[in-house]
Amino acid sequence: MTSSETKSVRQPRVGLFATCLVDLFRPSVGFASVKLLQDAGCEVHVPVAQTCCGQPAYNTGDRADTREIAEQVIEAFEEFDFIVAPSGSCASMLRKHYPCLFEGDTAWEERAKAFSAKCHELISFLTDVMMVRDTGAALNARITYHDSCSGLRELNISEQPRKLLGNVSGLEIKEMTDSHVCCGFGGTFCVKYSEISNAIVTKKVGNIDASGADMLLAGDLGCLMNMAGKLKRQGSDVEVRHVAEVLAGMTSQAPIAGSGK
Amino acid sequence: MELTANKFKANASKALVDAQLQKALGNVEKGFIGKRQKAADALPEFDALRDNARDIKNHTLAHLDLYLEEYERKVTAAGGHVHWAQTAEDARRIVLDICRKANARTVTKGKSMITEEIALNDHLEANGIEPVETDLGEYIIQLRGEHPSHIIAPAVHLNKEQVEGDFRRVHTHLASERDLSEPVSLLSEAREVLRQRYFAADVGITGANFLIAETGSSVIVTNEGNGDLTQTLGKVHVVVASIEKIVPTLEDTSQILRVLARSATGQDMSVYTTFSTGPKREEDPDGPDEYHVVLLDNGRSAMLGTEYQDMLRCIRCGACMNHCPVYHAVGGHAYGSVYPGPMGAVLTPSLNGIDETGQLPNASTFCGRCEAVCPMRIPLPKMMRHWREREFERNLTPAVARYGLKAWAFFAKRPKLYRFAASLGMPLLSLFGGTSRRFHALPLAGGWTRYRDLPAPEGRTFQQAWAQREALKQEAGH
Repeated sequence: MTSSETKSVRQPRVGLFATCLVDLFRPSVGFASVKLLQDAGCEVHVPVAQTCCGQPAYNTGDRADTREIAEQVIEAFEEFDFIVAPSGSCASMLRKHYPCLFEGDTAWEERAKAFSAKCHELISFLTDVMMVRDTGAALNARITYHDSCSGLRELNISEQPRKLLGNVSGLEIKEMTDSHVCCGFGGTFCVKYSEISNAIVTKKVGNIDASGADMLLAGDLGCLMNMAGKLKRQGSDVEVRHVAEVLAGMTSQAPIAGSGK
Repeated sequence: MELTANKFKANASKALVDAQLQKALGNVEKGFIGKRQKAADALPEFDALRDNARDIKNHTLAHLDLYLEEYERKVTAAGGHVHWAQTAEDARRIVLDICRKANARTVTKGKSMITEEIALNDHLEANGIEPVETDLGEYIIQLRGEHPSHIIAPAVHLNKEQVEGDFRRVHTHLASERDLSEPVSLLSEAREVLRQRYFAADVGITGANFLIAETGSSVIVTNEGNGDLTQTLGKVHVVVASIEKIVPTLEDTSQILRVLARSATGQDMSVYTTFSTGPKREEDPDGPDEYHVVLLDNGRSAMLGTEYQDMLRCIRCGACMNHCPVYHAVGGHAYGSVYPGPMGAVLTPSLNGIDETGQLPNASTFCGRCEAVCPMRIPLPKMMRHWREREFERNLTPAVARYGLKAWAFFAKRPKLYRFAASLGMPLLSLFGGTSRRFHALPLAGGWTRYRDLPAPEGRTFQQAWAQREALKQEAGH
């Protein structure tokens, strides 16, 4: 590529939708996302007018508040070439569900559709849009990867994280049984139906332990906090991290759970 | 059965500590999921067939009145009778009348969820007619006075040891040395007992998997052949089916049959697929003298044209509950309604009203596995969400959830205020997390901390840290 061509190719401008849980509980995932996006050649922006994607309202049946929040997100982010979130669940809300909120309101519906088409989950954005094959990270660990439901079933995210993890030097992937089965988080489900949620996450944690991995990774902080909380309660040593932390080579921050072995 | 859907939480609590049930539920996961996957993988056109099946039903539902009338004409032309039942009560009355006219003392029954929906057995018993369930699973739960916990495997909540106990209790003729330790020996014992009941029965009642407008035929699929004996040995065959069972043609039926058994049990086809058209004709070697079809609406026509219409595509394969983590955890009885699992969570509020059933569409993690395996591509989570919206509009959502949500939304809609509150709150919460970086218990978070720790936040919010980093960068740049 000549230098004149390099100049003519503008860096894609990416709006990082950090998600409320990353913003509040685990900023490291936000910084890891920024690093991965910048390394992939993106110009990253973090609009201040972001709070949450609106799922708590949406899944409680509160459509009016969901729509107001969606309008706010669209207004804050629609100027970017891409909108990227380090969460399959929030990205799916932005990409798949926002347009449904505006059905019958032609102007907003078109605007929402144009916005949604630009929204991506972080890892699949790296592999499928930015064509990243190797993030250059290294980590000596045996990891197991949990497929979070929305990312898996609404955005078809399954191979992408495994491909990138497969190229992390020193890292070994130990697949757990039923990695694609729900962890029992389910947003407000885990507090509304805590006993059932507990039964589901107990099964999940059993599969994590049986995998022989010393680190659990996933792409959604909600699921990670649920599984980490259960692992800690059971006294497990399994270290829990967001997949972006490992791919960005940013594992100096203490994990969500576990001390590592 | 008595509707206890709104006691779902209490029902679930009991189910979670029921060791026998938990053992039996393990079989659901082990049995159904792998078999369905294998069957789907073995058929390259499986997903295309699902699209096709969905389209057939969508077309049928768009012209349901026409196909129902055509179906009635064809049944009548074949010498059968069609009875229209608006409500469950109508259907019960019609079936009882037919049984009385036949001077029936006992009736045999093929497996049928519709007769569960209209509580037919109780009604017949109350009127001096003995219903005999002939499907092995249905027979077992009838002995126990229970209701099905699964729409295709009614006794899936039981272990074989429990069934052996029931047989020894009721089949008093059994010698104590008779081995009943294996499912196959239980099956042959049930067969021996049921054989006599088939010949003694005056009326045979079945459901229907399909009603074919083109031919006026009803179709049942079974694995035990009990349905065939039920419908051919009695003098009178009564089919009880709901209106959405209609399909236009034989060809359509065979298309949908290709996804039904694969989705349900992982079989290419069920062992028996039986087409019945009218009563016995002169040249037929066997068959009933009378053939009746009771067509039940019971709230279904009111679903047409609403956001719940897609639910009428359901062919009752059970794949949604077989793949549901909530069903795996608590089993079918916890739902407290005729139809359990994800399909029940959508259908039951349509049939019984959301006021009495609001728990059901809420008891889902929205993991989406039900929709992913549904052969008819019914968007089950989406429709459960629609029920939550109906509840929210009418203030049926529990007050704690409603006010909590409103308080949260107040901040979520005001980014500046939200940032300010978060920038104060999270560092404080982090501090309280101490060196263990977790909470074992936290006020207002009992739902979470009862069973798991809450990881403590890192400290500053991402927005705070990011703003600081950008400011430093700017300073360095100047």
